[in-house]
Amino acid sequence: MPASQTVSPAGVEEIIARHLHREGPLLPILHDLQDHFGCIPAEARPAIAAALNITQAEVHGVISFYHDFREEPAGRHVLKICRSEACQSMGGTALGEAVLTLLGLGWGETSADGRITVEPVYCLGLCACAPAAMVNGKLKGRAEAKALVAEVSA
Amino acid sequence: MKDFIIPWDDDRDLGTPAKTGAPVTLSVDGVEVTVPAGTSVMRAAALAGIGVPKLCATDSLEAFGSCRLCVVEIEGRRGTPASCTTPVAPGMVVRTQSEKVKKIRRGVMELYISDHPLDCLTCAANGDCELQDMAGAVGLRDVRYEAPENAALANHVTPRNTSGEANPLWQAKDESNPYFTYDPSKCIVCNRCVRACEEVQGTFALTIEGRGFDSRVKAGGPLDDFLSSDCVSCGACVQACPTATLQEKSVIELGTPERSVITTCAYCGVGCSFKAELNGDELVRMVPHKHGEANRGHSCVKGRFAWGYASHPDRILHPMIRDSIDEPWREVSWEEAIGFAAARLRGLQEKHGRKSIGVITSSRCTNEETFLVQKLARGVFLNNNTDTCARVCHSPTGYGLGQAFGTSAGTQNFDSVEQSDVVLVIGANPTDGHPVFGSRLKKRLRQGAKLIVIDPRRIDLVKTPHVEAAHHLALRPGTNVAVVTAMAHVIVTEGLYDEAFIRERCDWDEFQEYAAFVSDPRHAPEAVEALTGVPAEELRATARTFATGGNGAIYYGLGVTEHSQGSTTVMGIANLAMLTGNIGREGVGVNPLRGQNNVQGSCDMGSFPHELPGYRHVKNADVRAIFEQAWGVEIDPEPGLRINNMLDAATSGQFKGLYCQGEDILQSDPDTRHVAAGLAAMECVIVHDLFLNETANYAHVFLPGSTFLEKDGTFTNAERRINRVRRVMAPRNGYADWEITQLLANAMGAGWSYAHPSEIMAEIAATTPGFANVNYEMLEERGSVQWPCNDDTPDGSPIMHVDGFVRGKGRFMITEYVATEERTGPRFPLLLTTGRILSQYNVGAQTRRTENTVWHQEDVLEIHPHDAETRGITEGDWVKLASRSGETSLRATLTDRVSPGVVYTTFHHPGTQANVITTDFSDWATNCPEYKVTAVQVSPSNGPTAWQEDYEDRARRARRVLPAAE
Repeated sequence: MPASQTVSPAGVEEIIARHLHREGPLLPILHDLQDHFGCIPAEARPAIAAALNITQAEVHGVISFYHDFREEPAGRHVLKICRSEACQSMGGTALGEAVLTLLGLGWGETSADGRITVEPVYCLGLCACAPAAMVNGKLKGRAEAKALVAEVSA
Repeated sequence: MKDFIIPWDDDRDLGTPAKTGAPVTLSVDGVEVTVPAGTSVMRAAALAGIGVPKLCATDSLEAFGSCRLCVVEIEGRRGTPASCTTPVAPGMVVRTQSEKVKKIRRGVMELYISDHPLDCLTCAANGDCELQDMAGAVGLRDVRYEAPENAALANHVTPRNTSGEANPLWQAKDESNPYFTYDPSKCIVCNRCVRACEEVQGTFALTIEGRGFDSRVKAGGPLDDFLSSDCVSCGACVQACPTATLQEKSVIELGTPERSVITTCAYCGVGCSFKAELNGDELVRMVPHKHGEANRGHSCVKGRFAWGYASHPDRILHPMIRDSIDEPWREVSWEEAIGFAAARLRGLQEKHGRKSIGVITSSRCTNEETFLVQKLARGVFLNNNTDTCARVCHSPTGYGLGQAFGTSAGTQNFDSVEQSDVVLVIGANPTDGHPVFGSRLKKRLRQGAKLIVIDPRRIDLVKTPHVEAAHHLALRPGTNVAVVTAMAHVIVTEGLYDEAFIRERCDWDEFQEYAAFVSDPRHAPEAVEALTGVPAEELRATARTFATGGNGAIYYGLGVTEHSQGSTTVMGIANLAMLTGNIGREGVGVNPLRGQNNVQGSCDMGSFPHELPGYRHVKNADVRAIFEQAWGVEIDPEPGLRINNMLDAATSGQFKGLYCQGEDILQSDPDTRHVAAGLAAMECVIVHDLFLNETANYAHVFLPGSTFLEKDGTFTNAERRINRVRRVMAPRNGYADWEITQLLANAMGAGWSYAHPSEIMAEIAATTPGFANVNYEMLEERGSVQWPCNDDTPDGSPIMHVDGFVRGKGRFMITEYVATEERTGPRFPLLLTTGRILSQYNVGAQTRRTENTVWHQEDVLEIHPHDAETRGITEGDWVKLASRSGETSLRATLTDRVSPGVVYTTFHHPGTQANVITTDFSDWATNCPEYKVTAVQVSPSNGPTAWQEDYEDRARRARRVLPAAE
């Protein structure tokens, strides 16, 4: 995960400007903002709306549609555990509960020290190796709670 | 729902919009039907009389295909396509009912209902709910989804789950909008509201937040509610909603209406058709009528919701009189009031002469009422002292277009904008002043038409979501003629004019002369740049865009007419249209956006002192003869007094009595002190209005008026469309306005005997050629008709000047720029221009008495931050606004919508008295006041000025009413 930067209006404007020439620039702008700031800062929304001549509602509709866009930066580690049917049938539910218990967190929460965020995900395309998880963007097949937690303990 | 069935009033929802392709024949459930190519299978079925169950489709919106309830089977095709998104094909064989689709529909419906509250009996939409109807139509008998053991069934419906914990998926009702509520628990996420906001209204205030089971309708951004979002409360979403999710508060309070009457909105000049829906004589809601040809089923916050003034406690329901304006009012009987007024008027005429009294007709009243008021002056007072509030708005339009084309009216219908390629908006603010037309225009602009805005202020259209003007010329107020002539200069000198059109349709010699005039280098954009503040290159580009962009349409408003050169600008606009060949077909034309509902009609009806109905000069003996024969009186061949002449004559003692129907001249006319002095000098001022308006402070007789809901008649909108106004309830004041005028006329000995407005229309048709074939039976049958409607054009005239101009050859006129006398200088360095806002209407007499005040509680002064800074003014400060005429105070707001050197305000609130500031300069031809340019100074202030406090005090005293003496 890239370290999140302090949000500055100039920084937001610069990122938006990079993509204005594209056809359908909204998603590239949102990705770029999140890469840069670790989330889509609330301050960026009016700037995006003004630059693309769309409304706050439209910006909000797109951001809220994608689970991966964040309103707050995530912890240093992001652990995603699959809760879809195939994984459920291979102990995914238990895996999720075990991880949450070990970390003392609920779904979507970030630890107080900013170390780790745990999120549910619905299918990682790794059903053959269920239950599946993802740690900082890397897939983990036949995941086990303790191993996952160990990986994000640093 | 209806108390009577009108043949053209087929309100069925056909599911998807009409298309215009070549005919295609298909078979639906064995019924052959022929529809235009591009039509959906759903619409074709509906046209064949077969309804396919649906939830997310409605015929005001493009098909969306999300609910899957409208699936059908089509021979030779696999699966079960959605009938809303499947276009028809020749020979297609469709089956809307089969075991397979019935099962699918029930399954879909079962899922919908599993997450919908089953409180139908106490729901505000009970009986008016498409979800309920569809559950019935698909035969849903059971919902099998149950909560798993030891757990709640996830839903959006219950605030708490079975174990008493708060349900995180449940959201409370949003009641922030004064007129409707949003209840997320009833939402089926059909997207109709979101699509209506986008496709119909063009505001894009709504979205779907989240995805899947979490999806919710959301107004604005994460922290917004409906009121704080971009929502303009047009009501399109409420109308589109199939459930009680978006519901009028009036329906929640009063229940679903049981009957409806089609009528015409009494606000702006768009003239939207509405269905007034009632229980008994209690109005429950106003719903835009889908077959209304001006609005095509759309509405704005005023017409849709702001009708509460009709039952506001301020409304006066009993006639009142007083001997002098220092006295309190006395409530009296109609007989006494009318007798008092008639005696005084007759007395004044005996003492001061026949021409010492006059009338002012209203652009708010019906054609029939206006006709009677001017008839009162001409046929009973026996003078031509009749004027109308159109004097102060569109009189230059009547004059300018009459001169150029031969008719004093716009050339198009509103549908025409759908064919425009370049739209030039000059001195108008359609999204605020004419919102329904604004939405129709924005729809066309989103389809790719180009927009040019000429306005000192950056109006919303210049840049609003999904719309951006190609050019915005932010000219200095008062330089319209220079800019329009410079555009003509570019078009002529660069050879961009339509020679073939001009040779065929206009006077070629006059054109030569005109071309020589505009080609003079002093009219070049470069030469006028310093004067107008418009960069020359931008002006050149604008002229090229307009001349070469295809169908060019010009829409203009009071920013054109309310100037010392208002008539000249109108002629300049007509010149531009003729130069570029943009007259006489769809998508082009010159279109005045009329401020009030019946400005066009009040002008047509002979309200002006020099014109008899149909714009015929009183000096013409043949025209007078028509009316003399009809009315049995001799008509004065001398034109009468204009409003400002009446006031001048009053102050000098020659004009003594005025009958003023439905206009508040004290608030709306320029230079308030002058108006007040004129009124105070009169001995009998009769105000006929809904409320004790500002003018009534100077009145001796107050005749309570009726609202548009309480009378029959017709309004004529900006596209010359004669629309019926229908009585939906008895007048609360006892009489419709035309009856009151008749009572007054008869008390003065007229002997009129109209029993219904249709008889007045018959008289209008008999005397006025453009209305010759208009009658109420025809309007019942067709809904509306655009004049001229006579033997030459029995179906009316949607587009004018199709094969030739009414006057013969189109006339090019020289438009020399003459600077207004009103100039800035060291004492008054800023230019004030005025306008209006969406939620308020004109002097606000109606809208201030509705919940619309949540959007606009007071008039504020827009000032550029540079001008504010040099004066030490910050946001929200009280400032003093002073001109050569007077001064007033109001709050300032800092914005770069206005250029440095220009300030702007609205005139909706009497407390502000914006017209204390405006001067009595006026249009050279028609005396239309120069509201749009006043040299002013702005300085910090502590609060209201002495004038405002005096005025408040005076108004309070003038409004005292004695308890009825019984």
